[in-house]
Amino acid sequence: MRGNMGGKVFAVIVIVIALLSAVPIITHTFLGATVAPPEDISTHGPQIDKQIDDTMLEAGLSFLAAQIVLGFFVWGAGGKKDAKLKNFPGGARYLVLAAILLVGAEAIALGALGTKAWGDVYFKTAAADAIPIQVQAGQFAFYFRYPGPDGKYGAIHPEKIDEGNSNFFGLDPENDVPARDDITSGEMVIPVNKEIHLMMHAKDVGHSFYVRELRIQQDFVPGLDLSLHFTATKVGKYEIVCTQLCGLGHYNMKAYLNVMSQDDYDKWLKAQSS
Amino acid sequence: MSEASAPVAHHGPPQSFIRKHVFSLDHKVIGKQYYALALVAVVTGMVLSWLMRIHLVWPNAPIPGLGLLSKTGAPGGVMTPEYYLSLMTMHGTLMVFFVLTNAPFAAFGNYFLPIQIGAEDMAFPRFNMMSFWTTFIAFVILISAFFVGDGPPLAGWTAYAPLSAVGKDSGPGEGLGQTLWGLSIFVFCIASLLGALNFIATTLDLRTKGMTLARMPISTWAWFITSCISLLAFAVLMPACLLLILDRTAGTSFFIPSGLNISDHLQPHQGGSPLLWQHLFWFFGHPEVYIAILPAIGIVSHILINSMRKPMLSHKAIIYCMMGIGFLSYMVWGHHMFLSGMNPFSALVFSFPTLMITIPATIMTLIWLGSLYGSRLRITAASLFALGFISMFVSGGVSGFFLAQPSIDIYLHATYFVVGHFHMVMGVAAIFGIFSGTYFWFPKMTGHMMNENLGKLHFWLTFIGTYCIFMPFHYLGLAGNVRRYSAFSDDFLVPLIPVHKFITYAALFTGAAQLIFLYNLLYSRFKGAVAPANPWECTSLEWVMPSPPPWDNFGGKHVVVYHDPYQYGDVQSSTGDYLMQDSPERAGQTP
Amino acid sequence: MATTLQPPQTEKARELRPRGGNGAGGVQGPPTGGELRNLADRPGETARTGIWVALAAIGMTFAALTSALYVREGAATDWQHIALPGVLWFNTLALIASSVTLEIARRRVSAYMRERGTDRSSSTFWLNATLALGVVFVIGQYMAWLKLRSEGLYLPTNPNSSFFYVFTGVHAVHVLGGLGGLTRLVVKFRNRSLRRSTMDATSYYWHFMGALWLYLMFILWVKL
Repeated sequence: MRGNMGGKVFAVIVIVIALLSAVPIITHTFLGATVAPPEDISTHGPQIDKQIDDTMLEAGLSFLAAQIVLGFFVWGAGGKKDAKLKNFPGGARYLVLAAILLVGAEAIALGALGTKAWGDVYFKTAAADAIPIQVQAGQFAFYFRYPGPDGKYGAIHPEKIDEGNSNFFGLDPENDVPARDDITSGEMVIPVNKEIHLMMHAKDVGHSFYVRELRIQQDFVPGLDLSLHFTATKVGKYEIVCTQLCGLGHYNMKAYLNVMSQDDYDKWLKAQSS
Repeated sequence: MSEASAPVAHHGPPQSFIRKHVFSLDHKVIGKQYYALALVAVVTGMVLSWLMRIHLVWPNAPIPGLGLLSKTGAPGGVMTPEYYLSLMTMHGTLMVFFVLTNAPFAAFGNYFLPIQIGAEDMAFPRFNMMSFWTTFIAFVILISAFFVGDGPPLAGWTAYAPLSAVGKDSGPGEGLGQTLWGLSIFVFCIASLLGALNFIATTLDLRTKGMTLARMPISTWAWFITSCISLLAFAVLMPACLLLILDRTAGTSFFIPSGLNISDHLQPHQGGSPLLWQHLFWFFGHPEVYIAILPAIGIVSHILINSMRKPMLSHKAIIYCMMGIGFLSYMVWGHHMFLSGMNPFSALVFSFPTLMITIPATIMTLIWLGSLYGSRLRITAASLFALGFISMFVSGGVSGFFLAQPSIDIYLHATYFVVGHFHMVMGVAAIFGIFSGTYFWFPKMTGHMMNENLGKLHFWLTFIGTYCIFMPFHYLGLAGNVRRYSAFSDDFLVPLIPVHKFITYAALFTGAAQLIFLYNLLYSRFKGAVAPANPWECTSLEWVMPSPPPWDNFGGKHVVVYHDPYQYGDVQSSTGDYLMQDSPERAGQTP
Repeated sequence: MATTLQPPQTEKARELRPRGGNGAGGVQGPPTGGELRNLADRPGETARTGIWVALAAIGMTFAALTSALYVREGAATDWQHIALPGVLWFNTLALIASSVTLEIARRRVSAYMRERGTDRSSSTFWLNATLALGVVFVIGQYMAWLKLRSEGLYLPTNPNSSFFYVFTGVHAVHVLGGLGGLTRLVVKFRNRSLRRSTMDATSYYWHFMGALWLYLMFILWVKL
């Protein structure tokens, strides 16, 4: 059958799908919804969110335009067997130019704009007075270590790790003086509005540190000392989840980030030291 | 130019059953063998995906029969978390290697590349036969991982070290199964290299008289470019797998650093670099995804032109774009590693060419769209899947635009957004290319027509179904839904489970719809209407001879080519609105 | 022929010429009787293209291993230079010599095929010499491994020894393949069924193994 009934059905379906796909994005933008990034609580987060929004606008419009044009052109094509063939005005030349200039410009613009957001997270070093916290990722939990009043971390001895006796970091307080006042915690507690310098150590295999609300994510690489820094802007409890496949417990590997007021944080720290 | 323009056949007609159907030197048989293997792999991979989706939304439900496959992995039929990850690993490995590299490239390419260039067979028929059977051996090794004591590997198709490199200590699934995985992929690399070798040599040396490179169909160009990419990519994965196997079995430390305490065992390795595995793997892995999509682009373009009854606005532009994508594909591997701990400056270096790939992809899309305008589009199952490909390519492509930017990747990395992106381009668009090619070329390959109505039904259900499955992945990703989780127990994930339920229903529905395709395939093979030589009125050389072609493709005739393969439209030929490539009639002016 | 058809305006009209090595002409036609002076390459002979493509892949494999070497060295503090066993220099000489003998053989065979003097035995001698030198190389490599083992340097001992065994091992595997190809040459020449393209392709492969070995010696000497 040479008629274009199938083409017309295709056109309708593809346009409907495109419009339906846009609905959750539009409802998120204007109404807020579950399937959307959660509220941002970091100082660098707004830049990332803006980047996502800008990209969503451009990508979303391109997506809609392409699908709708596809629908329209398929609707109009075909029909009678001897219909006159037409060529798109200008042929390929303008389309190629449009792709190179417009898309190229768009890509470069977004790329350039995003550099600052990336740089704020990765190119700046932590402030000198940032609070140092070490996080160790291991199958299948995160443990956090504070240096204690002496400001120094004890050395990690992998062979001394003994989870049964809560020696998660393999510390040796008997022989290692700086280790004696180190505070280990299963929860990451930080004060609000203070920069945190997070030092990341992998105990066994690869893991990753992800807090959605902080707009932060970074892999732990065994053998590499990596670090992150960020400042949380809102008090509350947030989930830290592992995002690098690490074995059977990967889905369950998480900890809580507890952002407290400065007073509460000081109280907590004092309670841990004793 | 010498008169003997077509090569003398390397081998005589096959006599025995074994030579005809098993250890065949005929590229057509080998192509069908690859297709059959891909079919087995895709059905297996699809069933695995059903098991995964069912477990995600009903984690404690016993799945009938699963306990038989693995007593430890699914005691009483209830899947353990490690078994979920194992099934996920096998799903990815089967689909990426044994389906997406095999079907559009090895299956259709083997069958049609020689014919489309007017050759009697591939350049090295014995290597060709070896490449299929080596692929088969790789497949058997991979499947055997299901049946070893510790089960299949669970490190994902990406097998990151040290999880994949230290051996049993890193957990269940990381015993013999992972080593078998490494061995299977190593063998697969050998097979792919042999295949690529054949494609390249054949394209360069065995084109018939008049078949210049410029006159090759887009599908042939796609196979040729893909084989060039393949050659260099698989040549890197091979040593990577070798080093992984050595780390696992010989105590070396290529990828394993010192001081690792895994399961209370201090690992004896030292000094290795987990990032080294990632660099080697992704240097292969990124070109690999273009190996998966480029043949589909070529097949779909070729079929679209035939269905539109008019040439593309510029089919040269499509070919240059494919070349550009192939070239750029080697410069972007670090975009899989933005957050891996490599130098953050390199993230910007990799981001730039990644964004630039948007340009050739957009050029192709605009040319497809612009060419549709004013065409005399014929709606068939094949052309519907080709149109569906364009829609899916756009959908999958725009999500790439987000992921290409490192700042956005900070949020979206390792979420379902990524899974949605690659499933749309690979799991749907490339598969649509395979479907389109199947409906188009089945008559030529088997001598029977497929049922068009069933084919169209298959399209509608699959097109709508796959959108229902994979579009929601992007929303889940924007909400931060982490991937590779066997269950959703985190506070922020629990509210998303209803979305996952919808996806699972859509996946099961769409999976069931594929039975229509399988039924159509098998029924038509034996009972379908007899196919004429050129049912689609197509111009390329595979339609010159009867369906299916004789053993030496052209019956001993030396085909001569007179013009490019896209003489459609107002060509004033005796056949109507198209001119075969081997027709000496003058090519008319295209409108 | 090009004048009888109208090339479409967007096409390049360049035609393909069949590839040939030096002098792909010569006597045409299939062998007659038992005495064969040459076996003409078929038009569109693919062996040379095929071998270049294969060599590209092999080169890429060693490029990957080289980059692995550099990354691994940069990653860790356990780099311990090993002394390369002296026999490696002897092996290098053997391999280079085998390339020389192979080239001599190739030219003799080619001349024989063009009926320009030199009897078969001379070609056969040089082919066999190549094969022998290749075997000497492989045995010498094995002796190098034995030497390292005697020093306590096994595959997993340290990264330097790991890379040494991997590089030389992967190269040796490919050399073994090359020995297979050379053997095939000898047999085909004896059976008077050797084509020029087979001779050329096998030679390119063997010379590449030699060049690759020189590169590996350099890398091993500098890095390991």
